[in-house]
Amino acid sequence: MKSNMKLNDLTTRAGEWLRGRGPHSEVVISSRIRLARNIAGEIFCAKLSRPKRAELERRIRDSILSASIAPTMLYVDLQQIADLERELLVERHLISKPHANADGARGVAISDDEQVSVMVMEEDHLRMQVLRSGLQLDEAWEQINAIDDKLEESLEFAFHSRFGYLTACPTNIGTGIRVSVMLHLPALKMTGEIEKVFRAAKELKLAVRGLYGEGTEATGDFYQISNQTTLGKLEDDIISEFKHTIIPKIVEYEQMARRALLNDRGRALDDKVFRAIGTLRSARLLASEEVLFLLSHLRLGVNLGRVKGVDIATINELFLNTQQAHLQKLLNKKLENDDRRAARATFVRQRLGSID
Amino acid sequence: MWVRTQIQPIEWLDVRPYNVVGRNVFQEKLKMAHMKGDCEGCKKQATVHLTEIFGGKKVEKHYCEACPKLTGESLSPKSHTPINELLTNFVLQHSANPKDATAVCEGCGQTWPDFKQSGLLGCENDYTIFERELGPIIQRAQEGAQHHVGKVPARRAAAAGAIVPKKKIDVAKLKRDLSKAVEAEDYERAAKIRDQIRQAETK
Repeated sequence: MKSNMKLNDLTTRAGEWLRGRGPHSEVVISSRIRLARNIAGEIFCAKLSRPKRAELERRIRDSILSASIAPTMLYVDLQQIADLERELLVERHLISKPHANADGARGVAISDDEQVSVMVMEEDHLRMQVLRSGLQLDEAWEQINAIDDKLEESLEFAFHSRFGYLTACPTNIGTGIRVSVMLHLPALKMTGEIEKVFRAAKELKLAVRGLYGEGTEATGDFYQISNQTTLGKLEDDIISEFKHTIIPKIVEYEQMARRALLNDRGRALDDKVFRAIGTLRSARLLASEEVLFLLSHLRLGVNLGRVKGVDIATINELFLNTQQAHLQKLLNKKLENDDRRAARATFVRQRLGSID
Repeated sequence: MWVRTQIQPIEWLDVRPYNVVGRNVFQEKLKMAHMKGDCEGCKKQATVHLTEIFGGKKVEKHYCEACPKLTGESLSPKSHTPINELLTNFVLQHSANPKDATAVCEGCGQTWPDFKQSGLLGCENDYTIFERELGPIIQRAQEGAQHHVGKVPARRAAAAGAIVPKKKIDVAKLKRDLSKAVEAEDYERAAKIRDQIRQAETK
């Protein structure tokens, strides 16, 4: 009961990754670092029997809650909450889609500020992440590394002298680290230059994914760039490559494309931005994907100073609250199809009433 | 020896009909698919297509899967082996202990076919049991890397007396702190950090 009350509190504010602050926040939405760990001597999640799984989940939960990772930690038993609430956690990037839809004992520990989340019994026994807005990889690494150290005091992690930290899937072994940076690249998309980013990323062995990670399409010009190699490199080197080379290059490229749009195709750019505003303020039915694209264009217009009377924080809040679980939670009723699209359109119209 | 080939259903054919020398591959494949219509034994729809080179000339035979004549032909191993099977065969051939691929983990019941199917291992012991099979796969997935060089659990490091990785991480952090201090024009702090770095590096 207590945990549910706190879970409801989440809808009242923007998640950490959408706070719209931090270095390069006009292009970099968020920085995320996650570590995959398993408990030494215990069978991995996929092969665990149901009772053993439940027992191990309790053990890990107790360790997390007593490790003083953050001033306040909320532990959510994912078996105990409704589908809609699990979906809400996915939309806030606190759990993965597979974790939401899985079966059996599993949970997530969330810090009060939502910067830290530790998924328990996902593909690995522990998947801990730190999420920060803007480009803040060093800070994220420092925090997750300290959390890893603290958890290690009460939990022994599976470790192999040759393969490092052992994970259920060999693509995560070694450091178990995944660095993901979420970028908003509307100008590269509009100018068709985004393909070059994809090609470069492929050459550098990086994965480019959509808003919700693995297996999701890039919607609303949001792209998640993450490392695929986890073995044979120092954590510091993986992070440093992102911080000093990969991300600054892409940010610079996006900024160049934005300037080019502004200088050479100012009218076409304004047309796109103001058409988006027109639709957002007039539409009577809005699909979730359509909203993402329209808000993406509006966000670009605000970043380039073409639109006044709306700030990034409002747009970010709309990004989150127009997604289906948030919308239904906010309006406090289950909505399907056209009812949902109509409710979304009404919600957006109310929020964007006065843009010049 | 006969080599078994498969003709793709038409909807699977390459959407680009022309190959590099400008031949219409699509038309050719379509023609071939029509030509190879009937089973030579029982005149049903042929699904198995055999080719062999006799004295420099390609000879083709077509059968349906159930035709008794088919079993009389001497077949070479399937030419359309799935890639993971090829990989396993390769690993088996190069493995000193061919029993590995049929091994079952006592702890979690994992077998190599389990892994091929799910891409997931069942417990930490699997990394030792299937180390030989996993080696080339890991190498391919991890840009050729085969050894961990990053963070080591503190209790491991303490047990092995290895403090090297920890020192490396600390210095990197100190260097970051140093640049932050310089950026903030806090030179007193910067000097302190610089001394710490020197100390750490000369140890």
